[in-house]
Amino acid sequence: MSEFALEIKNVSKLYKLGVISTGTLSHDLNRWWHRVRGLDDPYERIAEANIQDSKGESGYIWALKDVSFNVPHGTALGIIGKNGAGKSTLLKILSRVTSLTKGEIRINGRIASLLEVGTGFHPELTGRENIFLNGAILGMKKNEIHSKLDEIIAFSGVEKYVDTPVKRYSSGMRVRLAFAVAAHLEPEILVVDEVLAVGDVEFQKKAIGKMQDVSRNQGRTVLFVSHNMAAVKNLCEKGVIMKNGFASEIFSSDTAIQKYLEEQESLGLHNNFSLKDSDFANYTAFITEGKIFGKNDNSIICGDEMNIHIKYKNNDPTAYADLHVGLYDAFGTKISHLAASFTTGSVIKLRAEGNIMCSIPRLPLIPGRYSINLSLHYRGKPYHRVLDAFFFIVEEGDFFNSGRMPGHNQGKFLIDADWQFL
Amino acid sequence: MQKENLPVRVISPQRGFFSFPLKEVLEYKDLLFLFVRRDFVAFYKQTILGPLWFFIQPVLTTIIFTIIFGRVAQISTDGLPDVLFYLAGVTAWNYFSGCWNETSDIFRKNKDIFGKVYFPRVIMPLSIIITNLFRFGIQFLLFLGVFFYFYFSGHEIQPNWAVVFLPVLILMMAMFSLALGMLISALTVKYRDLVFLIQFGIQLFMYATPVVYPLSIVSPERQWILVLNPMTSIIETFRFAFLGSGTFHYVHLLYSFASILIIFVLGLLVFNRTEKSFMDIV
Repeated sequence: MSEFALEIKNVSKLYKLGVISTGTLSHDLNRWWHRVRGLDDPYERIAEANIQDSKGESGYIWALKDVSFNVPHGTALGIIGKNGAGKSTLLKILSRVTSLTKGEIRINGRIASLLEVGTGFHPELTGRENIFLNGAILGMKKNEIHSKLDEIIAFSGVEKYVDTPVKRYSSGMRVRLAFAVAAHLEPEILVVDEVLAVGDVEFQKKAIGKMQDVSRNQGRTVLFVSHNMAAVKNLCEKGVIMKNGFASEIFSSDTAIQKYLEEQESLGLHNNFSLKDSDFANYTAFITEGKIFGKNDNSIICGDEMNIHIKYKNNDPTAYADLHVGLYDAFGTKISHLAASFTTGSVIKLRAEGNIMCSIPRLPLIPGRYSINLSLHYRGKPYHRVLDAFFFIVEEGDFFNSGRMPGHNQGKFLIDADWQFL
Repeated sequence: MQKENLPVRVISPQRGFFSFPLKEVLEYKDLLFLFVRRDFVAFYKQTILGPLWFFIQPVLTTIIFTIIFGRVAQISTDGLPDVLFYLAGVTAWNYFSGCWNETSDIFRKNKDIFGKVYFPRVIMPLSIIITNLFRFGIQFLLFLGVFFYFYFSGHEIQPNWAVVFLPVLILMMAMFSLALGMLISALTVKYRDLVFLIQFGIQLFMYATPVVYPLSIVSPERQWILVLNPMTSIIETFRFAFLGSGTFHYVHLLYSFASILIIFVLGLLVFNRTEKSFMDIV
């Protein structure tokens, strides 16, 4: 028996970029012809590393390239990296949702991922029927579910409704039921993708709690994907960094986080960006330029004004949109979320070309490094997203107009307050 | 934790050129039956007529065929009562077309499940085949009812020993529809045009099969063209077995079986290949 729960050897995954179908048939035929003659896939040779800022020429990229590492039994391993570094692709390969192009993975034990909670729930079936269906989809045997049925129902807290069709459940009840099933899977290896769990806070909390329990108290192997450094630090003892489809060796989680942050810092700050129109031929609306600056174009100072200035273009004269701004600290933890509609109560009618200016009069952020994601979208459907649009520093300032500030590790932002002493 | 008897699983890009994950399918047989149950139960939940719907569709189709092809077009029914003739064809054909139609869209329809969790994908089409088998069973009872009505009211009906072929016929239809469905579902992943063609295609295919007409209305020297269609001898044998009219040839049946087997292997092959890559394409 191997000492490792997971042995990942030279795993690579090739993706084709752009619109699938044009030229697919000819590429398929060419591939097939190469294979018949015993040659390598011709598109593997021209494929490029997965670097997102520069536009590739070949149309093929390596989403994962020669990823190798071994995970010993009972380890909680955090996989960190930027969006699109290949983290989720790796997890998808592990849970066999998608295939790999090269390499090999040996999994010693049952593997289950919490990214699949509630899949296969059928709205017309009752809670009880769905427990069986969902459990079976996740790989449980019928009698296994039978023996755990009471436990699952009790854990879910929906005893009263267990014979009611799931379509009458509230979304919270549905999540609880789904989670109860997943929690009783008891795999040797648990995979949690925080990135995919976003959107359901309750589920996210439960998943992370479950993960803690599994790794600390039951000694099982856990893989945790996140770009929230704080969560990784908290939950994992080991860490691996993914970048452009490559994976680092396994470090202790503290070292991994430190290395990741150092690298982020070495990327430098950028307070503005501009994008080429030609990259957005198929977009309805897109952001062309962005700029973030303090008062009078100066640097950004705590307690002073901060401005975000966006230029956009739009091809649909009837389009409406909302600009969302996600604010992250250096650890990748989301601190706040701004949107034009939150403040104004309505969405923006887009012009053919226009500007959106957002001004925060008294910036309540503790000095330090931050990043911002931008998203131009309408009713949850994004037109265009710019991830890590800005990396910027908030400098020391005088938020309270008193010359005093809390220390650097005291919280993430500042709140103005009225004080009375009676 | 006992580490000695943990299952070991190897994920690698290469899989045998032709490999049917039989062992895995057996591991997941509970899921297979739960899918069947789900489809069956969900079908008539919140309907007033409930399971009665399984009868209504073949009855209506038979009535329409009787009016249009029997009365208006006056196509021969080999001397059989119109209703019985069409009902026999419709019952058998429905099983085939139902399976085919539903399996053709599985990758697209289930991409949410397929995208998040692994189980042998072949479970999905298999469950469709089995669900439809139940539906066929119910509709077959209807057919038997009508059959006995005509039989005892003194019509010229000669059921015969060929009835023993019924399980083979069902198996052949299941395999053929599964094969076509798997082929098309695999292709629709990439080439979505096929989705628009499929409904139309099934419809056309029915007219290329002796469902609304007997094989005997085609002149003997041209019959081979129709017999090329593996469904022809299945429907003809079905009618021959129960009603005593129609053409029955061992050679035709054997040909159908062989060609279905070939298409089936091909379908499985293409399906297996698609299963690995489709998440990147859909």
